[in-house]
Amino acid sequence: MNALRSDSTGDPAPLRWALTLLALAFLGLFVVLPLAAVFGQALAKGWEAYWAAISEPDALAAIRLTLLASGIAVLSNLVFGVAAAWAIAKFQFRGKNVLITLIDLPFAVSPVIAGLIYVLVFGARGWFGDWLDAHDIRIVFAVPGIVLATIFVTFPFVARELIPLMQSQGTDEEEAGISLGAGGWQVLFRITLPNVKWSLLYGIILCTARAMGEFGAVSVVSGHIRGQTNTMPLHVEVLYNEYNFAAAFAVASLLAILALVTMAAMSLLEWKMRRVYSELQAEASPEA
Amino acid sequence: MRGNWFQRYSILPGFWPSFGLSMLYLSLVVLIPLSAIFLKTAALTWPRFWSAVTSPAVVASYRLTFGASLGAALVNAVFGFLVAWVLARYRFPGKRLVDALVDLPFALPTAVAGIALTSLYSENGWVGRRLAPWGIRVAFTPLGVLVALIFIGLPFVVRSVQPVLEGADRELEEAAASLGASRWQVFSRVVFPMVRPALLTGFAMAFARALGEYGSVIFISGNMPMRTEITPLLIVAKLEQYDYAGAAALAVVMLAASFVLLLAINLLGSYSRKYMEAQ
Repeated sequence: MNALRSDSTGDPAPLRWALTLLALAFLGLFVVLPLAAVFGQALAKGWEAYWAAISEPDALAAIRLTLLASGIAVLSNLVFGVAAAWAIAKFQFRGKNVLITLIDLPFAVSPVIAGLIYVLVFGARGWFGDWLDAHDIRIVFAVPGIVLATIFVTFPFVARELIPLMQSQGTDEEEAGISLGAGGWQVLFRITLPNVKWSLLYGIILCTARAMGEFGAVSVVSGHIRGQTNTMPLHVEVLYNEYNFAAAFAVASLLAILALVTMAAMSLLEWKMRRVYSELQAEASPEA
Repeated sequence: MRGNWFQRYSILPGFWPSFGLSMLYLSLVVLIPLSAIFLKTAALTWPRFWSAVTSPAVVASYRLTFGASLGAALVNAVFGFLVAWVLARYRFPGKRLVDALVDLPFALPTAVAGIALTSLYSENGWVGRRLAPWGIRVAFTPLGVLVALIFIGLPFVVRSVQPVLEGADRELEEAAASLGASRWQVFSRVVFPMVRPALLTGFAMAFARALGEYGSVIFISGNMPMRTEITPLLIVAKLEQYDYAGAAALAVVMLAASFVLLLAINLLGSYSRKYMEAQ
C-alpha cells in the first residue's frame, strides 16, 4: 500500500528537492534573515553597549509601561473572553452569529484606525475633550489611552480561542454539575475552565505577545513622551529615528526574544490542544 | 418550555450577567469608539469629504497601498502554497523548526520587523549591498513596501492551505493516477481544486492585513510624499495636523475597502464551494 502511494502520488526526487530548497530559500530570505539581523545589529557594538541600551532609565521606563499596559489589557480581555464564551457557547440566543462577528471586528481594523478612534473620542478636539480638560483627566497622550488602544487590538484573542472549543464541548457536564447542586461559579471554575485550560492559556499567550508588541495603535495615542508614554516598540522607533541603531536593535532584540518564547509556547500548546480535540472526537464516536 | 423570544431556556445560570458584561465591554471598547469615525465624517459636507479622500497625495497613497498589498498577497499565494506543500507532503531534517518559523511574522512586533528589514535592504545592508550592483534599490522605494508586506502576510496562506493538504484524502489522487492521469493532471484537476477555497481565504487575509499595516512599512518606505506614503501614514499625518475630520474620512474609505474585500472573498468562497459540489 505504501509502495503504491509513493509511486502514484509522490513527487519524483529531483522535483521534491527543488521545491524544498525553493521553499527554504523563501523562508530564509523573509523570516530567518530579518531575525538574524535583529540580533546581529543589537550586538554590533558589543555586549557592554547592549547592556547599557537596555538598562538606561528610558528603556526601563518603556519596559515598565509595556508590562503595565499589556498586563491590564490581558486581564480585562481575559474576563471579557470568558464571559463572552460562556454566553455564546453555553446558551442559545438570537443574533449569536452577529455577536461573534462583532468580536472579530478589531482584527479587520487597521491598527492606525484603532488609535484614531480613541483620539476622536478622548482627544483635545474629540467628543469628551472639553469635559476631560475641565476635570484635568488625560487619556490620549497618556497611559490610559495606551491601555485602551492595547485592549482594542488584542480584544478578540481570548474569546476566539475559547468559543469554538466550548461550543464543541457542549453543556452536559455543566448541567450535571448544576443538577447535583453546584453553584454557577463552582461550575465555571471546577468544570468549564479546567476543560479549556490549554486553549485559555494559548489565548492569553497570544494576547500578551500581541499586546507587548503593538506599535501602530499605541503610536497614534501615545504622543511619544520619553520616559512617560513610550512603550518598548515606541522606544525602538525613537532610538532608530535618532540613528542610535545599536540601542534600537538592543531593545528590539528583547521583543524578538519574547516572540521566540511565544512561538515555542504556542507550538507546545498546539500539540496539547490537538490531544484535547481528538479526545473530544473519540468521545463523540466511541465505536470508531 | 420556559424561555423567551430572545433566549432559549437553560438550567445553566449566568446568561444575563455574562451576556450583559460582554455587550457592555464590546460597546465601550469597540462599537462606540468605532462609530466616532462615521459621526466625525458625517460632519463633513460632501464636497469636503470628496476632496479629503481624493487629493493627489491621498490617491497616490491608495495606489501604493492597494498595489503593494495585492502584489504581496499574490507573492504569498504562490510561495505560501509552495511552503505549505513542502511542509505537508515532504519529510526533511529540521521540518518541525521550519514549521514553527512560519509563525514568526505573527509573533514578531511590526516595528521590530520594520527596522530589521530596513537594515537588511538599505544600500549598505546585507541584502541591499548585493542588489545595488544590479541597480535594484529596495529600501525607501515602493519595492521596500512590497517586501515588508510580504513578510507580514507570509503565515496567512501557509496556515490556511497546510491543514487542507494534510487532511486531503490521498486515495482520490491514487484513483486519478491509477486511471492514467499524469502527475500534473492529478495536481491541476484533483489537488488544486481541493485547496482553492483555502488558498483564496489565505490570499484575502494576507491582502486585508497588508492594507492596514503600518509598523513594518513606515521604516522601510522612507515616507516620501507622493512616492512611498501609505494610506495609514496619511491618517497619522492628518491627525498630527489636528485634521480629525480628514483623518476620519480616510479611515472610512479604508474600512469600506476592507469590508468590500471581505464580502468579495466570502462570495468567492461560497462560489468555489458550489463549484466543487457541482463537480
